[in-house]
Amino acid sequence: MDFKSSETVPGPRTEDHLPHTTTAAVKIVIVGGFGVGKTTMVGSVSEIRPLTTEETMTQAGIGVDDDYGSETKTATTVAMDFGRISITDQLVLYLFGTPGQERFWFLWNGLFEGALGAVVLVDTRRLEVSFDVIGRLEERGVPFVVAVNDFPDGPRYPMDDLREALDLSEEIPMVKCDARRRASSRDVLMTLMRFLHSIAMASA
Amino acid sequence: MSPPQRRRRTPRAAPRQEKPAPPPDGGNGQVPTRDPERLYVVTGQTGDGDRAELDLVTLIVTCADAPPSAQPEQSALLRLCRAPMSVAEVSAYLHLPFSVVTVLLTELLTAELVQARAPVVRAELPDRSLLEAVMHGLQKL
Ligand SMILES: Nc1nc2c(ncn2[C@@H]2O[C@H](COP(=O)(O)OP(=O)(O)OP(=O)(O)O)[C@@H](O)[C@H]2O)c(=O)[nH]1
Ligand SMILES: [Mg+2]
Repeated sequence: MDFKSSETVPGPRTEDHLPHTTTAAVKIVIVGGFGVGKTTMVGSVSEIRPLTTEETMTQAGIGVDDDYGSETKTATTVAMDFGRISITDQLVLYLFGTPGQERFWFLWNGLFEGALGAVVLVDTRRLEVSFDVIGRLEERGVPFVVAVNDFPDGPRYPMDDLREALDLSEEIPMVKCDARRRASSRDVLMTLMRFLHSIAMASA
Repeated sequence: MSPPQRRRRTPRAAPRQEKPAPPPDGGNGQVPTRDPERLYVVTGQTGDGDRAELDLVTLIVTCADAPPSAQPEQSALLRLCRAPMSVAEVSAYLHLPFSVVTVLLTELLTAELVQARAPVVRAELPDRSLLEAVMHGLQKL
């Protein structure tokens, strides 16, 4: 990044500017293990070309002090892509496709705390890559739905078997989806919103 | 054939607090940025505790022109936020880590050059009309 001439920082296209009336933003996080389709889902429903925010993490090496007393550090750059959907002239929804490894989630402070809820994407060929993220959401008390991504070469299990394998309670909605299709991804988000709405109704 | 079985974690007594983002650590040669020295200048010496409470989706709007003394990063940010923009988008367009952007924004907020519109957070009792508005918006997609 060269900031000598800040005039050159490319901003959004004019049609991607939010109106000045926008006063509120909400977010939904899309989680799941490596390669399950998170980026694809963000891209298929976003009204802007998906963007990326990066964060850098440094970790001290363990027991690797050299003669000069300086520790070895390893640095990892973690990227998270996100998209945006305008809801009204006042309200905008952001979708974050989280890094696959849940240990990176803490890099973005408050990523889950302020979120409406989460979508867990699973791939039936590698169900286990999404186990950890489900556990994390349960621990944090983040409401979520599970979307089963439709990969043509994936094994087809009955939904009930998947629910049992993922050890999901009865009330957690499960839905099949094709993250590449906007309508399908939109339906997943609607499933989440209806679930959140039912929780709100029940506690009202 | 049956799918692999998840083993539920034992529930914890209290949900673990999310750790705060590590302070930007530029200048020590530990952060691989395209221009580490520059990053050091950008983040200055602002300690973690001095940072404004900014969420990824806090909306930032510029409310004054950049003073002549503004750093190039700050001028770029002020230009970007002439229309409201989330902190996440600022980070993306400036190619700066989220934590660095929050430091920049803290300075600009203190100088009253930008305004922050706090995000709507998930409350204990979510606002039903908010959820309905989002559903309505998604239906139009
Ligand atoms: N058939 C099919 N392919 C999909 C679907 N969703 C994603 N893919 C493909 O799966 C591959 C991985 O998708 P990504 O969206 O990159 O997955 P990701 O979860 O973002 O991956 P990481 O960020 O690396 O963890 C891509 O080649 C997608 O085109 C789906 O619903 N159906
Ligand atoms: Mg991805």
